[in-house]
Amino acid sequence: MRAPAPAYTANDGVIDRAAGILGGALLSSLDAVGEVALTVDRMSLVETMTALRDTPGLEYQQLMEIAGVDYPERPDRFEVVYCLLSLTRNHRIRVHVQTDEEKPVPSVTGIWPVAGWLEREVYDMYGVLFEGNADLRRILTDYGFRGHPQRKDFPLTGYVELRYSEEAKRVVYEPVQLAQDFRTFDFMSPWEGAEYILPGDEKAKLPEAKGAPTPLKADEIVKADAAQSAPKAPPATPKTTESPAQTGAGKASPDAKPKPADSDVVKKPRAPRAAKPAATDAAPSKPRTRKKPDTNNG
Amino acid sequence: MADHLDAIEGHLDAADPATGDVTIQNCTINFGPQHPAAHGVLRLVMELDGEIVERVDPHIGLLHRGTEKLIEYKTYMQALPYFDRLDYCSPLCMEHSFVLAIEKLLDLEVPIRAQYLRVFFAELTRISNHMLNLGSHVMDVGAMTPNLWLFEIREDCLNFFERVSGARMHSAYFRPGGVHQDTPLKLLTDIADWLDKRMPRLFEDAISLVADNRIFKQRNVDIATVSRDDAIKWGFSGPMIRGSGIPWDLRKSQPYDVYAKMDFDVPVGTRGDCYDRFMVRVEEVRQSMRIMKQCLNEMPEGPIASLDRKVVPPKRAEMKRSMEALIHHFKLYTEGFHVPAGDVYVATESPKGEFGVYLVADGSNKPYRCKIRPTAFSHLQAMDFMAKGHMLADTTAILGAMDIVFGECDR
Repeated sequence: MRAPAPAYTANDGVIDRAAGILGGALLSSLDAVGEVALTVDRMSLVETMTALRDTPGLEYQQLMEIAGVDYPERPDRFEVVYCLLSLTRNHRIRVHVQTDEEKPVPSVTGIWPVAGWLEREVYDMYGVLFEGNADLRRILTDYGFRGHPQRKDFPLTGYVELRYSEEAKRVVYEPVQLAQDFRTFDFMSPWEGAEYILPGDEKAKLPEAKGAPTPLKADEIVKADAAQSAPKAPPATPKTTESPAQTGAGKASPDAKPKPADSDVVKKPRAPRAAKPAATDAAPSKPRTRKKPDTNNG
Repeated sequence: MADHLDAIEGHLDAADPATGDVTIQNCTINFGPQHPAAHGVLRLVMELDGEIVERVDPHIGLLHRGTEKLIEYKTYMQALPYFDRLDYCSPLCMEHSFVLAIEKLLDLEVPIRAQYLRVFFAELTRISNHMLNLGSHVMDVGAMTPNLWLFEIREDCLNFFERVSGARMHSAYFRPGGVHQDTPLKLLTDIADWLDKRMPRLFEDAISLVADNRIFKQRNVDIATVSRDDAIKWGFSGPMIRGSGIPWDLRKSQPYDVYAKMDFDVPVGTRGDCYDRFMVRVEEVRQSMRIMKQCLNEMPEGPIASLDRKVVPPKRAEMKRSMEALIHHFKLYTEGFHVPAGDVYVATESPKGEFGVYLVADGSNKPYRCKIRPTAFSHLQAMDFMAKGHMLADTTAILGAMDIVFGECDR
């Protein structure tokens, strides 16, 4: 490894030793970017962790971190990542467990009391349940907060904003109102798989014009003035701006319906535009022609 | 409240109809969220028996800003300044973990001078952080003067940060691939002078006021002792685990940048109480000065950031002359660089302990997930068992010796 990242003991043999002791509980293992990651069965997590802590040759005494990750496209959308540290062997390992909104993960608070708050945080941010954690309250978000903010489908802006109300003499919560939409840009290269057609590039896919050099064989050539195939449906517009309708921001709560129409504002349907007045006869019927400059003069 | 009293009185009346007095044993109080000794916005719900602490329930999250969520919507370069704002008392050490994680995923080589500069300024950050913590700790337990003297040193450190990066606190100086700018030679000589003359005098004067002070020892010795086993079980790191007698320092055991070449000692405590944690930090300051002097002696000339133009933007002067540099500059400041898919957990020894970044990259120019491992989380969680059985006034000493900053704890 060329990068000056923290250097600890080599990973040699760690996976074999772990596989030997874990047996069927180990679903897969990965040694990538200089780090060992084990994916283990959710139901036998506590036994796995106890084995990893107590087996000579593994000895991961400390639990440093529990991180949640959300992969919405997977059937078990959440991944809970336990980062373990061995003080005696000077080695780190990661243990991954997959779950969803309903299946609880066994708590490891019995092995490491530090897991209490770490599990509370994963619960708060993702809504992953931990079976056996006696104190599974929210930890970082506000009292009375709704939703799990680190999920990928939770909008960056959140749903409510709060301010101090001078009339009510207290802090009030209101749906988020954005003066400007949050802009995200799509940095996909048009040469590497972006599907939409860039402005000005509409003709790129059309057959070549008559007479232009072409690498095609004679029978494959479709002349530009021949009957063209039906134009493709316009591609979806590139997503550059997330409107509140897409993100769901501004709703009172994650599951609220769209805001009802404001009854105070009466919106009249627009009258159809009157037809254009016919061209008057006074207008010059003859197309104006430019006077040709007299080139022969002189 | 009235209902509550009625209930108790009714209960007692039923047991003994003659009694008229009600003795309430425990009371619950709020410590914070706005309290100078809470070192930020910490709310402690404490159950007291007289003046003895029975139970502590820390409520955190009052400074939660959604840093991790915001980082998922920013390019790697744009995400960097968020790290300054985590632990705003030691900003460069926060950046250190993040840039090392990115470099690990990119497998990017970093020039040796950049590594020296990073170690040098990370140690300066450690000094400035410890100045704040040691000073506020002694002030929490009643001494005023050392804090003012230590803040002199901290002020010097902030001036040095300003001279190297342009900002006193939120430097954004470490970048993936190196550091942002080279330091002027005058700055390095000034820091060397400061390390030789001003810093040791001010520091040793201030510490001599408290280290052997009878009152200071009465307030700290044997307060909140943590055994080795407890320190391991509760995920302690940094001065907290060293205070409990475990010689564990990531700079020594898992060296990053040029720490492997540095010669320094790891101080450990013997009893695991607040006084030990204080003295471990005091000794760490001296060791940091040693490391900084070594850096000054050994630092070679050379580039201060990787020359890989797909990651590190070219300097402005080059950008004005070279078309290729202009393209790189434009692409890096709009789109940013793409990081190959993979996940890493990179932890460094921040002044407060192990500060880790679990970074999941999906091959795009934005992190898929960036989980930050704050040091304060595990330490503050242990508050309950550490404070149990101590006096109410001891909680400030315990908190002070923990060294907690809420920007990092709440993220």
